[in-house]
Amino acid sequence: MEITAVYYLIPALIMFCCGVYGFITRKNMIAMLVSLELMLNAVDINFVVFNRFLFPEQMEGMFFALFAIAIAAAETALAIAIIINIFRAAKNIDVRSLNEMKF
Amino acid sequence: MKQEIALLVVFLLVFLYDTFLGKGAQKGLPAFTAILMFVITLLGLCPHCCGVGGEQTAFAGMYATSPVIAAIKNILNVGVVIVLIQSIKWTNSENMSMRRGEFYELLLVTLFGMYLMISSRHFLLFFIGLESASLPLAAMVALDKNRYESHEAAVKYILTAVFSSAIFMMGLSFVYGLTGSFYFQNIYFAVSSNMSILLVLAIAFVIAGIGFKLSLVPFHLWTADVYQGAPTSVTSYLSVISKGATAFAFLVVMTQVFGAVYSRVWEWMLYALIILTITVGNLFAIRQRNMKRFLAFSSISQAGYIMLGVIAFNAMGLAALMYYVLVYIFSNLAAFGVIGAIENATGKVSMDDYRGLSKTNPKLSFCMMLAMFSLAGIPPFAGFFSKFFIFTGAINQGSVAIYVLVLIALINTIISLYYYLLVVKAMYISEDEPVVATFKSAASERLGLWITVAGIICLGIASCVYTYLLDTTAVSAMQAYFIG
Repeated sequence: MEITAVYYLIPALIMFCCGVYGFITRKNMIAMLVSLELMLNAVDINFVVFNRFLFPEQMEGMFFALFAIAIAAAETALAIAIIINIFRAAKNIDVRSLNEMKF
Repeated sequence: MKQEIALLVVFLLVFLYDTFLGKGAQKGLPAFTAILMFVITLLGLCPHCCGVGGEQTAFAGMYATSPVIAAIKNILNVGVVIVLIQSIKWTNSENMSMRRGEFYELLLVTLFGMYLMISSRHFLLFFIGLESASLPLAAMVALDKNRYESHEAAVKYILTAVFSSAIFMMGLSFVYGLTGSFYFQNIYFAVSSNMSILLVLAIAFVIAGIGFKLSLVPFHLWTADVYQGAPTSVTSYLSVISKGATAFAFLVVMTQVFGAVYSRVWEWMLYALIILTITVGNLFAIRQRNMKRFLAFSSISQAGYIMLGVIAFNAMGLAALMYYVLVYIFSNLAAFGVIGAIENATGKVSMDDYRGLSKTNPKLSFCMMLAMFSLAGIPPFAGFFSKFFIFTGAINQGSVAIYVLVLIALINTIISLYYYLLVVKAMYISEDEPVVATFKSAASERLGLWITVAGIICLGIASCVYTYLLDTTAVSAMQAYFIG
């Protein structure tokens, strides 16, 4: 059996959708962050797979994935820092505690 | 490239000042930054010093500047100078003394990210610019450590920003899969003959990703909360500079990358988004009582008007978009300047606190009234002309659908008049006892307000500004819209 691009793209798509679902339904901010990370990693898989299977003569997709990983790390670090601030102020990281401002 | 280098020099000087100068000198940092930014703004306006005379590219065509791009960077610089002047009082306050330098460093880094985003001709650089323009902003939103709202706003901002950038990158990966390149130019030619449904999906994802940053409806839900929770100076930066830069970057992406499939794919997406954005922004603005939330919804509907310059898809739309952003910078910063002055003096931000303001603080209420008139688009002020030009640009596109769109936008202008005048009514007509006592605002705040008021009054009458922008865009419109 030959492994084609689809064998990678379908799991990546499922991962992305899981990420979206998790981001919308989870109540814990860390879990939401994990869901976001799932989405970003699914995108990285997409880039690498497109590069490897469709355009094997170049490296652009791989490089984009590398940069995306670095930026995702920065995003996560910043988000964690802000969530720690919230934890200090509210003593929990339930997203339902973010209800001071609405509508 | 000269403008970027000038900005980096400013950043390094500010960083060195903040790190190495003693405690006594730290109070001078805000004025120091404002003066440096003012100097590089002047240098940028002069084509022989820092401005760009012709087309230039760098990094193997990944980065490009042209007179239009230099002009939009100058517009952003002007806005940043005003924001810096207005924020001097706040950054010199007691509880900011530990974090004064951070505010300025983060602000300059985000500005650099916006430069990158506007100038890039390659999606990798564009993505880096987009992220470095939005991530430090989350830290800036969280700067007010003693207020819970500030943290809440920051967490809402960072989570939606990451979510939107994930969506944007998903769209980008589809674009890469279709075309095999990240260069705008290569993608332009590769998608022009492409009929696949994946392209539609990719463009929808890219629009959604950038639409989050622009707070287009239905991606606007973070806006009001973040604007309310953030410190007022950060809110004003977020609402004018960040939005203006993203709007221009959006125009660049839509025209230079997907310009070939304008009428086939994204005209109708943007059409629906504009109607939703203007209408929903207006209707929600009516029921707001907090001034910052109120301006948040007003800025959502203004973003819809700005998008009319993108859907126009001609040189006049480009010029009108730049002019609109310039005028919007002055009008919105005037409003935020008044809000910031009152908040710094009394801590009040509700619209009810503005009742009878004209009796106690006539000058501040006059500034606020001019800002509201300009945002609503009442004739002698600049806001009228910017709306007029952006409607004209859209009409010039020519199709019947765009006529209907402009009609809807016009009707919404009348709706917006109602809520902008609510503020004027509270200040001037209300019979109640004034809530805010008479106070004297700081010299820096007065200076900022003078500049914005001068801009509101003069920009509309001094037609040379618009003529200059139109000439600039006409020269390089071919370059901006149809590559090669």
